[in-house]
Amino acid sequence: MCGVIGLLLKDPALEPELGSMLVPMLGALGERGPDSSGIAVYADGDPFTSGLSVGTETPTTSSGEAVTRVSLGSDRDVDWRAVAADLESRCRSSVDVRWFTTGAVLRSASEARHIVEILRTAWPDIRVLGVGRSVSVVKDTGRPEETCRRYGIAGWRGYMAVAHTRMATESAVTVLHSHPFVPAPDLCVVHNGSFSNYASVRRRLLADGVVFDSDNDSEVAARLLAGRLGAGDDLAEATRWVMKEMDGFFTLVIGTGDAMSVVRDAFACKPAVVAETGAYVAVASEYRALAELPGIGGARVFEPQPEEVYTWTR
Amino acid sequence: MDTLSCEVLGTRGLNQRLASLAAPASVLVTDPGGRHNLAVGIIDEISITVEGNAGYFLGGLCGDGSGRGPEIVVNGFVGWSVGENLMGGLIRVRGSASQSAGSSARGGLIVIEGDASLRAGISLKGGTIAIAGDAGAMSGFMAQAGTILIGGDAGHGLGDSLYEAAIYVAGTIASLGADAVIEEMTDDDVLAVKWLVEQTGFDHIEPDGVTKVVSARRLYHFSSHNHGAY
Repeated sequence: MCGVIGLLLKDPALEPELGSMLVPMLGALGERGPDSSGIAVYADGDPFTSGLSVGTETPTTSSGEAVTRVSLGSDRDVDWRAVAADLESRCRSSVDVRWFTTGAVLRSASEARHIVEILRTAWPDIRVLGVGRSVSVVKDTGRPEETCRRYGIAGWRGYMAVAHTRMATESAVTVLHSHPFVPAPDLCVVHNGSFSNYASVRRRLLADGVVFDSDNDSEVAARLLAGRLGAGDDLAEATRWVMKEMDGFFTLVIGTGDAMSVVRDAFACKPAVVAETGAYVAVASEYRALAELPGIGGARVFEPQPEEVYTWTR
Repeated sequence: MDTLSCEVLGTRGLNQRLASLAAPASVLVTDPGGRHNLAVGIIDEISITVEGNAGYFLGGLCGDGSGRGPEIVVNGFVGWSVGENLMGGLIRVRGSASQSAGSSARGGLIVIEGDASLRAGISLKGGTIAIAGDAGAMSGFMAQAGTILIGGDAGHGLGDSLYEAAIYVAGTIASLGADAVIEEMTDDDVLAVKWLVEQTGFDHIEPDGVTKVVSARRLYHFSSHNHGAY
């Protein structure tokens, strides 16, 4: 099994409630994925007020320059204060680091690439979980509700979230093997199911120079999707490539900076339920994850049809 | 009528309470919240009304081999495998049902007033499923015995690898599955559909206007000669 979640808010007034809407969804799908979880929150500003800020200054942006967020995680214990101090000493402009016990999200106006390079060489235990202008990503092993508590997810705000509860079948239970996979800036992919031909597709992508973070089957679909989007496909076209190239069972929920998509395999072997109101669109593996959403009684609830790409834009 | 709250009792607590009741008890089950495995394994002819939407396996394994069992009404929709392996009794879903409705049911009647998703009646073994609306792809897959009535349209691959179950469709059929064939309606078929329309109240269905789908029996027993047809 595994649980997939997508939540796109149409009503900006709900944005402060995104985290509190999300936590019961992860809790309800904890039985489908008790071994690890991941949450990607898209926000225009900072998604969180919690977390210990170990940077000293808020990054300032010069004209037209956007802040880049870099989400970090590790399967080892990391001294995040030392990481923050190191980055501060080596970067020209300020870096804001929020530390969440087992992961961190940092912000920088201009030096995201430089920071990623510093981390790669000086802090090999730390891995970049995702980069983007809008997205902050946390992943951790253990029960999803425990991860939500540890990261204070209930207090996070934003306009969209993509999340996952994992019951591993194809690869190890680690932070790096957890979903969502963020193969390109602000592109998040979560998967319920399994791909049978992922090793051969992975070999082909490796030969094309694609870099992988793990040997997870879902990451192959995510990298394939990112490659097609990078080649100029729109999301629906890129998703059709995944259906064409990848054999297996899947419900995929995909987040981009301003849209959310869901797609199921030809046999609809893995479940998905959509609830849509005037205020939000929510996707989850099971209805019980949607049952506590506000106004669910009046929502249009339906199952996505197999091989049809559903996309909702902010 | 007694009221039992799923939130208060939990799934196991609710099922234990339901199992302890004897006919002609009548209970209202509240706060289902999409929970799985509600009202499963109930043998006695009690009346259960579920107020809200239920999850997977609602009413599964209910009833006994004699055909008796509880009467369950869901005022909402249900998830996968409603009435899975049902032995007897009645399940009426006021809304729609997700995948595999009535899978492997040996007896009893499952009435779905909305639509049923993919693989309705998969491996049906003698039970009866009546769907007012549409049925999803691959419905009736490998159904061995029993009856499926579809008041709306049937999706692709209807009746794939059927054995001896009969499928009646009032609307259109997107495509037939391997070894499924349309057969002429007999007078007995019309009577069977008429009886089901009476039982379900699906009076939008004209008993003599439905299409009957059964096994062509070409693939009934495996033969390597037929390997291209599977």
